Amino acid sequence: MAGRRGWVPSVRQASAIPGFGLALGYSLTWLSLIVLVPLAVLVFRALELGPGELWRIIGDERTRAALRVSFGLSFLAAIVNAFAGLLVAWVLVRYRFPGRRLLDALVDLPFALPTAVAGIALTALYAPNGWLGAPLARVGIKVAYTQLGIFIALVFIGLPFVVRTLQPVLEDIDHEVEEAAATLGAGRRQTVFQVLLPTIFPAWLTGFALALARAVGEYGSVIFIAGNIPYVSEIAPLLIIIRLEEFNYAGATAIATAMLAISFVLLLIINLLQGWTRRRLGHV
Amino acid sequence: MDLRIANLVKAFDRFPALHGVSLDIRSGELLALLGPSGSGKTTLLRLIAGLEFPTSGEIWFGNENASALSVKARNIGFVFQSYALFRHMTVLDNIAFGLRVRPAASRPAEPEIKKRALDLLDLVQLPGIAERFPSQLSGGQRQRVALARALAIEPRVLLLDEPFGALDAQVRRDLRRWLREIHDQTGHTTVFVTHDQEEALELADRVVVMSNGRIEQIGNPDDVYDEPASAFVYGFIGDSSSLPVTVSQGEAVFDDRRLGLRSPNGRDGQAMLCFRPQEVDFVAESDGLAGRVKTVRRVLNVRRAELEIGRARQTVEIDIGNDMEVHRGSALSFRPRRFKLFPLDGAAA
Amino acid sequence: MSKHRDVTQEKPLVQLLLIVAVALFLAIFLVLPLIIVFVEAFRNGFQTYVAALGDPESLAAIRLTLLVAAITVPANLIFGIAASWAIAKFEFPGKSVLNTLIDLPFSVSPVISGLIYVLLFGAQGVLGPWLEVHGIKIIFAVPGIVLATMFVTFPFVARELIPLMQQQGTRDEEMALSLGASGFKTFMQVTLPNIKWGLLYGVLLCNARAMGEFGAVSVVSGHIRGLTNTMPLQVEILYNEYSFAAAFAVASLLAMLALLTLAMKSLLEWRYGAELAARKRRP
Repeated sequence: MAGRRGWVPSVRQASAIPGFGLALGYSLTWLSLIVLVPLAVLVFRALELGPGELWRIIGDERTRAALRVSFGLSFLAAIVNAFAGLLVAWVLVRYRFPGRRLLDALVDLPFALPTAVAGIALTALYAPNGWLGAPLARVGIKVAYTQLGIFIALVFIGLPFVVRTLQPVLEDIDHEVEEAAATLGAGRRQTVFQVLLPTIFPAWLTGFALALARAVGEYGSVIFIAGNIPYVSEIAPLLIIIRLEEFNYAGATAIATAMLAISFVLLLIINLLQGWTRRRLGHV
Repeated sequence: MDLRIANLVKAFDRFPALHGVSLDIRSGELLALLGPSGSGKTTLLRLIAGLEFPTSGEIWFGNENASALSVKARNIGFVFQSYALFRHMTVLDNIAFGLRVRPAASRPAEPEIKKRALDLLDLVQLPGIAERFPSQLSGGQRQRVALARALAIEPRVLLLDEPFGALDAQVRRDLRRWLREIHDQTGHTTVFVTHDQEEALELADRVVVMSNGRIEQIGNPDDVYDEPASAFVYGFIGDSSSLPVTVSQGEAVFDDRRLGLRSPNGRDGQAMLCFRPQEVDFVAESDGLAGRVKTVRRVLNVRRAELEIGRARQTVEIDIGNDMEVHRGSALSFRPRRFKLFPLDGAAA
Repeated sequence: MSKHRDVTQEKPLVQLLLIVAVALFLAIFLVLPLIIVFVEAFRNGFQTYVAALGDPESLAAIRLTLLVAAITVPANLIFGIAASWAIAKFEFPGKSVLNTLIDLPFSVSPVISGLIYVLLFGAQGVLGPWLEVHGIKIIFAVPGIVLATMFVTFPFVARELIPLMQQQGTRDEEMALSLGASGFKTFMQVTLPNIKWGLLYGVLLCNARAMGEFGAVSVVSGHIRGLTNTMPLQVEILYNEYSFAAAFAVASLLAMLALLTLAMKSLLEWRYGAELAARKRRP
């Protein structure tokens, strides 16, 4: 601690405001203890296993299936959320109707509701004898305990991310740009698709990425409605827990590493895409 | 395309923005709507465009009653103060937009669209920037692209809302000249809104002076400057000083002293005497308006004195010669060489 | 009023359709799950509901949840204040790196959040043997639960305060200091009032997550009934042994917490929107 404080003053610019050393020192210490050191242990263990061993464990068919289920369904759910979220955000921002404020507040529900509660609620709803599950069963659609159930749960928890990311940009749309398009003879649909939606595309991507990231790691909301059948409806986080219960730390570490690596790559791609579209729009 | 505006009234909720405005716009003319903020000039422009709809009244495009037509059907070109360019499209795509969104029946072939857009870029003197994005252009360039975009659809009338308001003074001056050239070249009926009287007088064929939702005067720049129809116009256009006086037996009286200024229509009563600081003669104290100098300041190439006059200590401004010995507290006496008397009961002079 | 619509709006029919579609979607998708929690909780009558909550294990779970929140929230609050003070009021290299690191727990799956503590403190973990020797239990005991929850809720307060304090700049504090106030006094009387609503907002979200965390806690808790079960874990246990009404009863408490959080969140956004940081509402 003393060493760190000694280092700091020579690095930062002089400021009249006191407390820099204390604040930064405490923050860095706390950050290291709670976040960095434990994460470092994971990295350390993964490196200890070595790429060969990691690859072998991940190559296990059950692991592969779990990763496919997690990432595949998360991706699909995020896509659905992107479109549903866009519609919801559009209506909430651009229209005025009774109950709008209430609906707006409700959008945060999946975020505020504890995941376990969401999990059992969704299961009760979509079970074969549930309020929604029963009518769907009559049409031959089974939701609970299948991949469809996982999908629905992932859409549920990802929705607020897309809506909340889109709302500010929709609010910021330049009114005169819309009027300009109208004066030039564009119909409403042309204006929306050719002029307005392209400008919110970066934010849309951000919302999609956030929903995707959340869905990939989701556990509580999914674990009840999924069948948890290995190779079919078993998500990666569950497999991590199973390995831990078997005291197979290496296996758990490997799967976690795979999840983090794939997420990292996905988010990197999305970040690059955003940077490209931002440059096009001159946001830089 | 001749335009006729008949008794246009526009009220926003309970707030009246236009009080029954009528106006004839001649085909091919460059018309300025001039006035301070809140005068209703932008509202009038937007009503002509179809971006707003009137509470009552009619708008005629030639022989067609355009009052109920949508903005799309009116085929007007609109240029916004903030340019409102489509940021995610290139300059070329911006200009071509109006042509590309036409229904297939009236849409030219793509090569033709491209050619027209490039021709317009040449017209607005911006060759070579077709593939740039708006964020890469200067303010003046963006405004010219905005104009090219509006011209692309061959509008019946061109409407500009304070087009140079967001630009530097020098760029503004350059673009003013350039707009006049473009207008002379293309011959579109053009209406533009401005609060800058210099701009209006320099550019327009005719000026419409507006205040508080009403038209104060319509005339060419000389008319509006030399023969203002009301105290407002007198005060808004050019430099002016004004003094409340009484007209008695056809002559202006101030502080019980006759000024030797005759009122043209001879109506007695309260009136506002308006004159320009540059158009005064200095006379003996007994012959004119006498007062004490409060401040002297420089206005470009002349010096201007603020004078306190009369019992009520009214202030007026007059220009003084550079070789006059004048400072704070000096006594000065003058009589306006040219002036107007506007009755304060609201009737025209 | 004119019978014509704004040129920048869709046809009224289209608007109506979209509004109805969205309202219906949100009602079915979001509201129904909420409603069913309460319906199922009270399925067997009010008496059974109260009895389920009064069950010793459930009470223990409630107590543990409150304890964990009582430790976690203040700890992350202090961190949040310290971190935003350093980041917002000073310039130093690596600021954006620090910002990104603080956000790290947000992008880590809850299960992985628990896993890393098991790898550190678990029986086969790095410190496992040492802890064993000294008789200290972290994993499968309350300390582990607290740590995992702290990890998961780590960024919440900081994320609210950092943009807010950055937006407010250093002017007020410099003014106070130039007038002779001490650093501490400046903080208490100048900074704190400026950030109080952002602070409350952050604490609200931090608390909601701390009480509701499931995945991370599930990994480190060991599920020892009456000892290391928080409310969400208790819900899981009851559900897995088919005590549905009891599970939903405990869940209903959590749902009520969520609704309370939402209500207060909306209230704060509505009344104090301007003071809640440059960025608009975020999840």
